[in-house]
Amino acid sequence: MDALILARIQFAANISFHILFPTITIALCWILFFFKVRFHLTGEKSWMAAYQFWVKIFALSFALGVVSGITMSFQFGTNWPGFMETVGNVAGPLLAYEVLTAFFLEATFLGVMLFGASRVPPLIHTLSTLLVAIGTSMSAFWIIALNSWMHTPQGFEMIDGVAHVTSWAEVIFNPSMPYRLTHMMVASGLTAAFLVAGLSAYRVLRNDTSLGVRRSLKTGVYAAAILIPLQIVIGDLHGLNTLEHQPAKIAAMEAIWEDEEGAPLVLFAIPDEDSSSNKYEVSVPKLASLILTHSLDGELKGINSFAPNSPPVAPLFYGFRIMVGTGLLMLAVAFFSAVKLYRQQRLPVWMLRVLVAMSFSGWVATLAGWYVTEIGRQPWLVHGVLSTSEAVAQVPASSVAGSLVMYLSLYAFLLIAYITTLFYMARVAAHPRTLAANDMNGRSIAGNADMLTGGAQ
Amino acid sequence: MNWISDDMLPVIFLGLMGAAMLLYAILDGYDLGIGMLMIGQPEQHRDRMIAAIGPFWDANETWLVLGVGVLLVAFPAAHGLVLTTLYLPVSLMLAGLILRGVSFDFRAKVNARHKRLWDGLFWFGSLLTSLMQGYMLGQYIVGFDNSPYALLFSWVSALCVSFAYVLIGACWLIHKTSDDLQIKAVRWASFGLVVTAVGLLLVSLTNPLASTEIYNKWFSWPETLLLLPLPLGTVALLWLMRKHLQKMPYENDRLNWMPFVLCIAVFVLAFTGLAYSFYPYIVPLQLTVWQAASAPESLRVVLIGCAVVLPAIFCYTALSYWIFRGKSTALSYM
Ligand code: HDD
Ligand code: HEM
Ligand code: HEM
Repeated sequence: MDALILARIQFAANISFHILFPTITIALCWILFFFKVRFHLTGEKSWMAAYQFWVKIFALSFALGVVSGITMSFQFGTNWPGFMETVGNVAGPLLAYEVLTAFFLEATFLGVMLFGASRVPPLIHTLSTLLVAIGTSMSAFWIIALNSWMHTPQGFEMIDGVAHVTSWAEVIFNPSMPYRLTHMMVASGLTAAFLVAGLSAYRVLRNDTSLGVRRSLKTGVYAAAILIPLQIVIGDLHGLNTLEHQPAKIAAMEAIWEDEEGAPLVLFAIPDEDSSSNKYEVSVPKLASLILTHSLDGELKGINSFAPNSPPVAPLFYGFRIMVGTGLLMLAVAFFSAVKLYRQQRLPVWMLRVLVAMSFSGWVATLAGWYVTEIGRQPWLVHGVLSTSEAVAQVPASSVAGSLVMYLSLYAFLLIAYITTLFYMARVAAHPRTLAANDMNGRSIAGNADMLTGGAQ
Repeated sequence: MNWISDDMLPVIFLGLMGAAMLLYAILDGYDLGIGMLMIGQPEQHRDRMIAAIGPFWDANETWLVLGVGVLLVAFPAAHGLVLTTLYLPVSLMLAGLILRGVSFDFRAKVNARHKRLWDGLFWFGSLLTSLMQGYMLGQYIVGFDNSPYALLFSWVSALCVSFAYVLIGACWLIHKTSDDLQIKAVRWASFGLVVTAVGLLLVSLTNPLASTEIYNKWFSWPETLLLLPLPLGTVALLWLMRKHLQKMPYENDRLNWMPFVLCIAVFVLAFTGLAYSFYPYIVPLQLTVWQAASAPESLRVVLIGCAVVLPAIFCYTALSYWIFRGKSTALSYM
């Protein structure tokens, strides 16, 4: 394997690991703010209990997001020096604004939010939570603006092979940015909502039916039920926007090889690059044209018309189906449990189990979506401006391979630790005494369980 | 900001980057140092040491993101060159930062049987990060030379930077803790002080020898005279710190902040010396700030942002230190 392919795998591995945690923290912080506000309005302890459980999960996720994000900011230099040399005048200020307006805000007030409750008045503490939430959302705004610009660049001119900005408004509010930002924010909302619903369901299954847990469960389920239809509509609009600006990507997502009027929607197939055709295709006639052009006989361009600047088909085709499939599953689960909860105030055991199984479904759809978007941009790094191979670093393949192995083992270890710790925290919150006693380690355990449960509930 | 000429912009950003890196070394320096000191301590002390950095470490680390960010934004060519040359130490440092940042959180949440493991990882991550930062500083000083002597120097620099972090970490603990832990911290600081002093001497000797250009900058008339306050001031500060440490802790915990403040002053002087050596190069002797800078129009946009936001950042950082002033108490989410 050469350094280019290794650098791509490494970048993809690092950003994939990173995005798992922002998708949780961005929205979870707003949910925490919601808990706090409800507490102030009603004065009911259960909202505070919910806050105290979830703020710990937030802290853990945030820590993982921060450290993996630091890796990201070094990666541009270590793996893609050509990126900054060519489009640094665009990317640089956007990244700088992210650090200045978002990272410091969230990092500083995080300290107050996590450990300051006893040192500042309650309202200031809630304000800190709000500031952290604003910070995380703001950082999403800047990084998505940059990423969207890489897909639909505008507002610049090339002088001697280097991009110079002519209009910042055009750079930031580039054509795909509104779609990508809303789609991502709602994706984060869904990821957090299913995590909240899933872990709360897990606690209910463990006979922890305190009011705080039931309220968390409700919050998660209702939020999911509101967000998922929204996400499907936004996703559809997003696709239409992509058709306009990156038609090759859509052709690959839909596995349409030749230009076609009244193109069918391929439900399942095995796309084959060598023969430029689909095997075992199952499709609905004319549906793709209907969805994408809103006319039964609309024309869609095929992949072959874009060669050689066309992305690989199979990962886009499968990735898109995984995302949409997960979305539809979310729709079914969220609606069903929301209706049940609304009518009966409780969920049957099997439904709770389904929610537990769906705890991390947001991750699956989010990763699939990002893979579709990013691989669909290939062979470009910045669409039509800079190709990926031009930007790669001249680092020996062995160095990249070595660090890649290190990162991958670290990530695997941390991911397992993260997920097991989340469920462990849910169990301890459900039964602090029993578990603490089981640990048989005297003083240290008592202190530990105290931290986990926030000392009181 | 049209009164700032295009030629000034790279210099301003160099200053900004330097300031961010210096602040990083001071702030994350103390919590990395505390991380390294945790090895072998009883659990009760480990908890208190963690509590002393809990509310701050994330914001401390953000200065690194800003420093690298400015390098990336203002000097993309240098960013690529430096980071690809230092590829492996950067990767190892990142692994260290990852381990450290997450262990800090895991240790308080996992099953108590695993707490030791995470404390061990916290120590290891802090050590790896500090060593790699020192190694990279050494490499930078010798102009990314790969000769055996240069590599040896880089490793010595790795050790010295780690001890400097231990020193400032111990000084922070003197300020933030009390009783037996504070007494331990005084001991740690006294030891760290000696090694740091030796390290500073070594760097001061090696730096001018690395190139005739730097040599001439230091040893020509009247510069030498004007520069004299740097080494003399450092020696005076170290001596003063030693005097204090020998008698600490004072009655009623007086002056517990003194070693930390002195330590910051030492860091500032050492940094000034290095900055003087290398200005106006961003990659020593290869690339000046003007050669490496981005387009002026982009730099202006960022500068406006900095002018507006940095004062706010300073204010709320100060606010956070004020909220968590005094002796650290057990960390709790309540
Ligand atoms: C849509 C959201 C999103 C995306 C696509 C990215 N990030 Fe991120 N990042 C965040 C959303 C976020 C966040 C929500 O703001 C984080 C996660 C948790 C946290 O602590 O802040 C964060 C943390 C974070 C940090 C640590 C900040 C700190 O010290 O507080 C850095 C340096 C980066 N990111 C850098 C990047 C880079 C260079 C990316 C792309 C190449 C990137 N992130 C993609
Ligand atoms: C956060 C979610 C993201 C995920 C999961 C993701 C995933 C990926 C993947 C899988 C590739 C590899 C495509 C290929 O080589 O075939 C890639 C490429 C790339 N992406 Fe992203 N990406 C994300 C966000 C971003 C953002 C926000 C930026 C920049 C602002 C970015 C910049 C890049 C760059 C520079 C490449 C080129 C390197 C390469 O081709 O591997 N990505 N990304
Ligand atoms: C079910 C209906 C959905 C549709 C029709 C849809 C549509 C799309 C499309 C067309 C893209 C590609 C954008 C491009 O061309 O670059 C995309 C990307 C993406 N999708 Fe979806 N999506 C759906 C559901 C979801 C769900 C449920 C999630 C997560 C919870 C999700 C998360 C993402 C993410 C994170 C991206 C990449 C970032 C972006 O480009 O916005 N999507 N989606």
